[in-house]
Amino acid sequence: MSVLVYTESEQGTFKKTAFEVASYAKAVANQLGTTVTAIAINTDDTSTLGNYGVDKVLNVKNAQLNEFNANAYAVAIQQAAESESAKVVVVSSSANSKYLAPLLAVGLNAGYASNVVEAPSSTSPFTVKRSAFTNKAFEITQINTDVKIVGVSNNAFGLVENSGSASAEDFSPSIPELGVTIESTDKATDKVTIADAETVVSAGRGLKGPENWGMIEELADVLGAATACSKPVSDLGWRPHSEHVGQTGKPVASNLYIAIGISGAIQHLAGINASKVKVVINTDPEAPFFKAADYGVVGDAFEVVPSLIEKLKAFKAQQ
Amino acid sequence: MKILVCISHVPDTTSKINFTDGDTKFDTNGVQFVINPNDEFGLTRAMWFKEKQGANVTVVNVGGPETEPTLRKALAIGADAAIRVNTAATDSFSVAKQLANVAKDGGYDLVIAGRESIDYNGGMVPGMIAGLTQSNFVNNCINLEIDGTSAKATREIDGGKETVSTSLPLVIGGQKGLVEESDLRIPNMRGIMMARKKPLNVVEPVDADAETTSVSFEKPAPKGAVTLVSPDNLDELVSLLHNEAKVI
Repeated sequence: MSVLVYTESEQGTFKKTAFEVASYAKAVANQLGTTVTAIAINTDDTSTLGNYGVDKVLNVKNAQLNEFNANAYAVAIQQAAESESAKVVVVSSSANSKYLAPLLAVGLNAGYASNVVEAPSSTSPFTVKRSAFTNKAFEITQINTDVKIVGVSNNAFGLVENSGSASAEDFSPSIPELGVTIESTDKATDKVTIADAETVVSAGRGLKGPENWGMIEELADVLGAATACSKPVSDLGWRPHSEHVGQTGKPVASNLYIAIGISGAIQHLAGINASKVKVVINTDPEAPFFKAADYGVVGDAFEVVPSLIEKLKAFKAQQ
Repeated sequence: MKILVCISHVPDTTSKINFTDGDTKFDTNGVQFVINPNDEFGLTRAMWFKEKQGANVTVVNVGGPETEPTLRKALAIGADAAIRVNTAATDSFSVAKQLANVAKDGGYDLVIAGRESIDYNGGMVPGMIAGLTQSNFVNNCINLEIDGTSAKATREIDGGKETVSTSLPLVIGGQKGLVEESDLRIPNMRGIMMARKKPLNVVEPVDADAETTSVSFEKPAPKGAVTLVSPDNLDELVSLLHNEAKVI
């Protein structure tokens, strides 16, 4: 009756969120007095999971799962949960995990709580805290079913190291016929994605044109951050829609969010509320974003950003 | 092609979020309710299929009579008919079971739901409908073309997008990109007048227990004032981010 965790990987390597959900699963297992089993799909080296509390890894090697397919992945995780008699299944809040989790919930007849930000406050009844109302509130949710699925919000629980080692065994789920086939993928593989990023550097119309994004990319580069933008910027075609952060764009739950030349419309703030520390750089001291920010610089982005890049480079050099 | 568009009745983005009854219920006092923005993109795309490919579009909602103005608005935008499942929406699973039952009963080829509602942000309903109706499913859908029973969709993924092929019956979790915001429609007077004559059928719910229970709500701790740093002293900002916020 272990806790099962789905540990996501990309091109054979675990994503950071895999270690975060493993850490979360370990916390739940401690509360339940049980162990953690991970399911890893087409991953090269699963031994690192032991450092985050995983006791056993179900190692799936299957060419049908080389590309993400929500239905096939949900079935594989369901079979792993059934094989382990898992009562709690932990997944991340990546786009792919949020895609498969509702299908898994139907398959396991399990209650599913998404966007969970803390370890359960109680396991009987099973009660978790999740963000709601676009991070303007939290909902305390009780999962009533025998099997429970918890979707952990990115960067909410953090990494918790545990000294241990994970044993591995092969697991061969029976994969159904795929109803959805990938034709093509368009993805920048060398960039940090907004979903995975611990830091996001975002810019708005204050940048005046797409030709001025070089300094934003440089600032992001110095910080190891993802780049993002406000809605008008993506609507104007200055930046791709995949960088649009806000209510109808991508939600951001980074540790640090730097907003440059963005006034802070309510729809934009809705998308970034879950970020822990917010820095705003804007010429207008009355910009609403300053009310939501932790740190602010009233100044011209074209002067502040290059200077900040230099200061950060000097700081990094000292570290 | 028969299309079912799921419409969530949600508080307007600008609404103040408050709770009553010992923080156990959302306070609707003074709140304006609207069509969930992600559903509105889906509804507009459904209108495109109606106008270009002769699709028939029904909108559906799970909720009490107070949600009917939202369905009427969808009718005024151009949907052919509306269905209200007469029960309070509790958790996502029970809502999905009601919607899946409507989808199965009506023999719809395509079910469009928003990727998530802007109130509870569960992001579960479209996938659960797909699972319950055993339909193909594309989430975070930003483009959709249908040719006969074949479908080609583009979906947003972390860091990019991918194009997939699939077939009907299909459920999609839609979002901005299905249509552009500039293509969203505001009901005109003719649409509003016509909507009054369109059927809004109230159906009774099927048995569907809630799998999760909302126990209570909390609001985040009030935020302190912003710490302003002079543009001439950015070393201080670096220091604050390192020593105080501990994020670099």
